Order: sequence, then structure tokens, then C-alpha cells
Amino acid sequence: MDLNHSPADEAFRAEAHAWLAAHVPPEPLPSLETEEGFAAHRAWEAELAADRWSAVSWPVAYGGRGVDILKWLIFEEEYYAAGAPGRVGQNGISLLAPTLFDHGTEEQRARILPPMASGEVIWAQAWSEPEAGSDLASLRSRAVRTDGGWRLSGQKTWSSRAAFADRAFGLFRSEPDTPKPHQGLTYVMFDLRAPGVTVRPIGRLDGKPAFAELFLDEVFVPDEDVIGEPGQGWRVAMSTAGNERGLTLRSPGRFLAAADRLVDLWQAHGDPSDTALRDRVADAVIGARAYQLFTYAHASRFLQGEPLGPESSLNKVFWSQYDIALHETALDLLGAEGELADTDWCEGYVFSLAGPVYAGTNEIQRDIIAERLLSLPKGRR
Amino acid sequence: MRFLLDDEQQAFARSLDAMLTAADTPSVIRSWSAGDPTAGRALWTRIAEAGVFALAVPEAYEGVGPLPVELAVAFVELGRHAAPGPLVETVAAAVLLTEPEAAKRLLPALASGEVIATVASEGSYALDGDVATVLLTVDGEALRLAPGHGPVRTSLDPARRLTRLDPGGELLARNQPLPRALTWARLATAAQALGVGLALLDRTVAYVKQRVQFGVPIGSFQAVKHQLADAKIALEFTRPLVFGAALSMDPADVAAAKVTACEAAYATARTALQLHGAIGYTAEYDLSLWLTKARALRTAWGTPGECRAMVLDSGLSGDGRRS
Repeated sequence: MDLNHSPADEAFRAEAHAWLAAHVPPEPLPSLETEEGFAAHRAWEAELAADRWSAVSWPVAYGGRGVDILKWLIFEEEYYAAGAPGRVGQNGISLLAPTLFDHGTEEQRARILPPMASGEVIWAQAWSEPEAGSDLASLRSRAVRTDGGWRLSGQKTWSSRAAFADRAFGLFRSEPDTPKPHQGLTYVMFDLRAPGVTVRPIGRLDGKPAFAELFLDEVFVPDEDVIGEPGQGWRVAMSTAGNERGLTLRSPGRFLAAADRLVDLWQAHGDPSDTALRDRVADAVIGARAYQLFTYAHASRFLQGEPLGPESSLNKVFWSQYDIALHETALDLLGAEGELADTDWCEGYVFSLAGPVYAGTNEIQRDIIAERLLSLPKGRR
Repeated sequence: MRFLLDDEQQAFARSLDAMLTAADTPSVIRSWSAGDPTAGRALWTRIAEAGVFALAVPEAYEGVGPLPVELAVAFVELGRHAAPGPLVETVAAAVLLTEPEAAKRLLPALASGEVIATVASEGSYALDGDVATVLLTVDGEALRLAPGHGPVRTSLDPARRLTRLDPGGELLARNQPLPRALTWARLATAAQALGVGLALLDRTVAYVKQRVQFGVPIGSFQAVKHQLADAKIALEFTRPLVFGAALSMDPADVAAAKVTACEAAYATARTALQLHGAIGYTAEYDLSLWLTKARALRTAWGTPGECRAMVLDSGLSGDGRRS
């Protein structure tokens, strides 16, 4: 058991630290959920990519540095400790890219990954539909065979980043009459500006257009934009849900940095006699450390070749609840200032509130934990 | 960086688990609670023979320590089996006895299990003072061998027999390393609490799989599943804190592990009680042995508030602001 990083890993940390110190914008960028902020975050992605920092774990050929998960964790620690901007390319980098690595063709990887790394193409996800949320397999949007590709029709919703993004990925029903709902689905990438696509932005709780509804009317998608075999989309989408993605969707570095800022806030504004609030600040510090160590343990297992499956559901519930508790504590600490909408803390709070809902609701995650980690019997949802 | 127990440490855990399973700890705990420590003493000897106490005793005094990671491994197993006796206190005693004369006299017997030690600061309770053969009092800067103990007071956990130690007694050392002993005791308590929580979860999962109501196992109901999922999350995020603290032995890291482990074990106890229904609320049913311990450990060797205050006052060892 050893928590010390190798000299090579520490050298990598120093290199990342130095680059970030020289490049991170001195002032926070405008919210990435606004048109202006989205553009500023896209430009930042290009700056990262120019020096191969936007997707360090990818192979060099696609714009990465080919580093292992430990170096990725180190990069993330440095990234957020430096106060660097949120990642507008996250949907593509942490949800689509792992799927392309596992199920895409070489042609797809070469075509799609470099502009994803540079922020030239920002991806939105298109999973949910009005009648298919947690019960995703009941989705009804169709992909119909046509010459050289498919025509997509139907409605997607709660599509994060879609208000300003360039392309989207999701599942479509390509075989209408299958015995089970998760059969006959196809994993498709499509252009949000293609003929037949209508994007209607949706204001999240604070009104910012963080997601959108997508109306698709006979949208043409060439065969080259299908990932994996047609009809196998469910397997393609789910196979990467439990492995690295579980480790990489929210890195510990993000929460370690946030907890650090919370301690600064406590030291500046806290009333030492308010032990109830003190305890919540301490829990934020402890929780960030717990998440970091939990992730190091999982990374160690991953590096020795053990598959990571339903354990990622433990992660998801933990960080999503943690993130809210941390921001609630900060807003309480700020007192009357806490309700002001234009602070980073308030922006972070609003963002955190969605955590228990997206990427598989926490209820679905708890079902997975109970049935797959504790072996409890399946029952009615 | 390889944050996993190695093969030897895992084998150590398995061998302790096998030994404690064979010892039928519930019956040992019940006789210990009733004031008959015969079976408990025999179990104590086997725990010592397995090398548990030697982990806190330096090699110079016939131990193999200090080995805090292995100690944490051992105390998780001791907690899982709810082993009775002043286990944590004996570890604390081993760390307190640094003065060469006293160390030479007591540590080898402590490592071998010949001696059962307990320890209390003046005015607080010593665990199992009626069974322990070495009673240590921390009296300001001084470490004394207490001449005797007061009457036994029952803890909510009947296996914890609380006594006050008589004042005075032989002076063993003038400058005892109390902060270091406190860190070791808190680490052992954290690991023990983690083990208690894991046992409560295992037992409750087994129960809800076989308890049938409305024609199906109650474990198929979401309201039941989600409570157990939350307990699983709390315990799985405690484990790395406990072993991370054992690696650093930083007092703030250990305090963080202690408060988190005790909170997780206690939350799991509440869930275990609720999901067992009325049978869980009986002393006769063995679940009670773990339920009550989860409550008692919360305040043993540092309250949740004290531990959290230490985390904020000192910062955790991985925190950049301390370097």
C-alpha cells in the first residue's frame, strides 16, 4: 500500500502546474451556459489543446499525451487547484470518446477525436426523451434505413450543452418490433445544424440555457456516423458506462479544489462558535479526501487489470450528493450574500443541483448498487 | 502509487476472519457481558497469538511494530466479529509505554497477550477495568499504574464494562506520548467501527433476502434497497479514509477516518434496526451486539465534534495548504 506518486508522475505534475500557472485566465470566464461564455470556454479548449492538455489520457495521435489514469488524476488535481475554467467539451471527452475507443472505427476516431480535443466541435448528449428518462430503453425516436445511411425522427430532451453545441450523440430505435425494449437500438452521431434539426434551448433553474429540446424530422445521417453495429446501440452505450467513465466523469481534483476554497471562505467569514457550520465545512474537507482516496484505490485496481463495473454507481451518488452539500455550506457561510446569483458559489450551487438527476438518476444508481453489488432480488421499480 | 492491500495483508485479514468465525464470538460476547470473562480471555490469547497486539509494540520489546496498516486490517476484522475486551485500549497502552524501564517490564507481556491492559485519563472511564490486569492512568503529564478500579457501570453496549480507575499508584513515566497514543487508539477505533458497519450491512442484506412479506422477499422493495445502498456507499467511502490514515498516521487524517467510520457504522446500525423490524430491537437477537457497539464507538476516543475540529484546525495531510 503506497500513496506516493512516482518521480515520473511528480515530474508530470510539475509540468502541468507550470503550464497552468502561465495560461489559466486571471479572471473567471463568463458562465459556460451563456452564448458569450460558451465561446470563451471553446477558445480555452483550443488553448489547452494547442499544448496537448485537453485530453491527456488520449493517444498522441488524437491530440492527447497517452498518459495513464494516475497522471490523468494528477492533471485534474492541478487543473482545478489552478482555478482553471469548467470544461465545455466534457460531454464529448468523457462520454463519447470512451465509446469511440471501445466501439468506434479507426476512421471515426481519426475524424472525430482531434476536433473534439481542440473544442472545434463541441458535443451534446441526446439520450432522454419526453417519455424515456430513467426508463431510457423505452425511447421512441427512430432511425430509418435510407440510401447510404439513416433518417432520424423524433424528439430528444434535456440535452446538455445542445443550445450552443455543434453535434450530438444518442440512441435511436432502428428496429421497431423487438421482443425487448433495449433491442433494436442504434448509436448515432448527428449534426445539430443539419436540415431537419430544430434546437429549442431550455432555461435551467436560473434561466440559463444549459440544455435543450431537439426536434428531429427526417435528419440524414451517413453510415459512417453510426457507432458499432446497427441494433446493438444499447450494448455499445452501456459497455462504457461502468468502466473508466465511472472514474472520469467527475474527478476528485475538482472537489479537492472546491473544498479548499470553502475552507478559505470559512476562515474569512466563519464564526468559530458556530460548530454546526464548522462541522459541515470539516465534512466537505473529509469528503473530498475520501473521494480522492476511493478513486486512487479504484485506479490501482484498474491498472492491475481488474474490470470496474457497478462500483461506478457508488461514485455517482457520492459525488452528486457531496457537491450539493458543499455548495449549500458555502451559501450558508456567505449569509445574506449567499442568495446573490452572480457569484461562482451560486453558479456552482445551481450546477450541483442537477447532479443527482443526470447521468442516471441516483435512484437508478441505488438500484444498481442494491442489485449488483449487494445481490438483492430484482423487483418492481 | 498503489493504494490497495497487498496479498499478505489480505491473507492476514482472511486468517483473522477464519479464527474469529470459529471462535463463535456472539457467545463469547454474551458471557463477557455477564461478567464471566473466561471465554473472552481465551479469545484474547488467540488474538494475541495471531500477532495483533505485537503490531503496536516495537521489535525491541518483542513486537513487530509499528505497523499501523496491518493494525487497521486487524481491527476491521475484530469489529466485524464484535470481539469483546479492551482491544483499542491495549493498543493505546502499548504506544504510551515508551519509557524504557516500563516498556521492558510490560510490553512483551502485552504483545503476547499475557497481559490485558486498559487506560483512562483521570476522571474518565476505563474499558473493562475489571478484567484488565494492567490499569494505566494518564494523569496530566504522568503515566501511572492504577492500584485498582471502582464499580462496573454498564455501557449501552453490554460488552463494554466501564470502570473508573483508582487515583494514585506507581509512577511509570513523567512525559507520556499521549497525542501519539490517541492517534493509534483513534485509528484502531475507526477500523473497528468500519468492521462493525460492514457486519451490520452483511447481516441486514442476508435478512432482507430471506424475510418474506406480501409474498416476496422484502429486499426486492426499493424502499429497502435504497437504504442499504446508502449504507454501502457510506462504508465504501470510509474504507479508503481508514487505510489512508493508517499510511500517514497524521492526527488529522486519523480524526477524519474516526468520525467518518463512526458516522457510517452508526447510520448502518439505524438502517439495520429499521430493516430487521421488531426482532432487531431485542437483546436476544445477535444483531444487538453490533447495533449497540456502533453507538458506543461514536464517542469513544474522541467525539464527532472533536474529530471534525481537528480536521479543520490542522488540515489533512494531502492538503496543499499545509506544505
